[in-house]
Amino acid sequence: MIGVNKEINMGTERKIHTPLTEEVIATLHAGDMVMLSGEVYTARDVAHRRLHEALLKGEKLPIDLQGAVIFYAAPTPTPPNRIIGSIGPTTSYRMDAFTPKLLEQGLKGMIGKGNRLPEVVEAIKKYKSVYFGSIGGIAALTAKCVIEAEIVAYEDLGPEAIRKLTIVDMPVIVINDTEGHDLYAEEQNKWRIIT
Amino acid sequence: MVMEKKIRKALRRINVAKITQAVKKLFIEANTMLGDDVVCALKSALPREESATGKQVLEKIIENASIACRSIMPICQDTGLAVLFVEVGQDIHIVGGDLRTAIEEGVRQSYADGFLRKSVCDPLTRKNTGDNTPAIIHIDIVAGDRLKIIAMPKGGGSENVSAAKMLTPAVGIEGIKKFVLETVDQAGANPCPPIIVGIGIGGSLEQACIMAKKALLRPVGEQNRIDERVEQIEKELYQRINKLGIGPAGLGGRVTALAVNVEMMPCHIASLPVAVNIQCHVARHKETIL
Repeated sequence: MIGVNKEINMGTERKIHTPLTEEVIATLHAGDMVMLSGEVYTARDVAHRRLHEALLKGEKLPIDLQGAVIFYAAPTPTPPNRIIGSIGPTTSYRMDAFTPKLLEQGLKGMIGKGNRLPEVVEAIKKYKSVYFGSIGGIAALTAKCVIEAEIVAYEDLGPEAIRKLTIVDMPVIVINDTEGHDLYAEEQNKWRIIT
Repeated sequence: MVMEKKIRKALRRINVAKITQAVKKLFIEANTMLGDDVVCALKSALPREESATGKQVLEKIIENASIACRSIMPICQDTGLAVLFVEVGQDIHIVGGDLRTAIEEGVRQSYADGFLRKSVCDPLTRKNTGDNTPAIIHIDIVAGDRLKIIAMPKGGGSENVSAAKMLTPAVGIEGIKKFVLETVDQAGANPCPPIIVGIGIGGSLEQACIMAKKALLRPVGEQNRIDERVEQIEKELYQRINKLGIGPAGLGGRVTALAVNVEMMPCHIASLPVAVNIQCHVARHKETIL
């Protein structure tokens, strides 16, 4: 059987803090388990379209992208006495059309789920950034990593508004690194049995 | 006169307020309490998963379901488009308003009071409707004097990778399997595996899609017992999908699907409609009978 002895770098979790620097990113490799802490922004479909449009018009963005990490997510409403509702990654490919432009502007990290288009994998390499995968559908658990949350832009978008989250030890895994690796493709191929 | 009285007596009255209340409760329950069948299927998948990462993902999924249930928090932040299957007994008289309005109101109250995410928007402007309506309501008139409501919050990620195709009769059963395998393979990590695959074969374009969605309501682990051929298709596709290597969260492994459920019916002599509706591991549906 293929793949049985080859595992993702389990048990070698690294603690990393945002904002991300190119020096730290250079040491991240596909398959690395990372405990991420610090500030991250949530933004998904419509927020991406707006950020992208603002850049094309030469307008100032409502958030600072330098070294920033965007979490493709929109939480459930915050119940009383809680910091945030349930939160987890949405599928990333829908943001692919806007991603290279944001990376060009200084965005360094993205958290989502699912594979990216080849041009995004290429842009991640080119702009020395990183794409982290997070497990989808475990949003009650992931919410425990959030210690602060506030809406910072596009409030009219409701769940899709841009939020600034402060996270502590959010478990993520490096999917696409600066060497152009793609963890999803590589791992899935290892376990595939062609019949 | 006598006849009229008899009819009036035979009709069971249900007030719309009861329907609204039931719908509200069902969507909160569905979004916070994962079904026992799904939890059992996840637990029994653990020993089958040979990838250490895959195992760890499954463990986290099980842990999350338990936290969500205990703290009444949504299992997933995508609390879905509100899909409902409603079976109205023909001997029921709905009073106090109309059925659809009552259901929509139940959805509205559920998503507001249950702190569920409103995930419905205009398809062109992408402006959120603000209350998670309109709901997708399938109504059937059936025999009897009961009203059955099935609430199914359906996530966008798994719906996006679902597909329907009008195959040519010439491609036959092998063509059907090929289409299903290609759809699941292409979906990869996107729909949050381990997935449940609902398949509708036959009928018309829309009927195949409805069958595929209804197939997702079957308890996980139960096979189609109506048609032996269908059971065989389910078994074979389940084996082959789990050889694709996608694994939990798409990080590679043996457990890609928890179940493959197929529903089938006759179709036009010219057609072979096939629909594949993919469901993430947060397979939510709750039902009640009024």
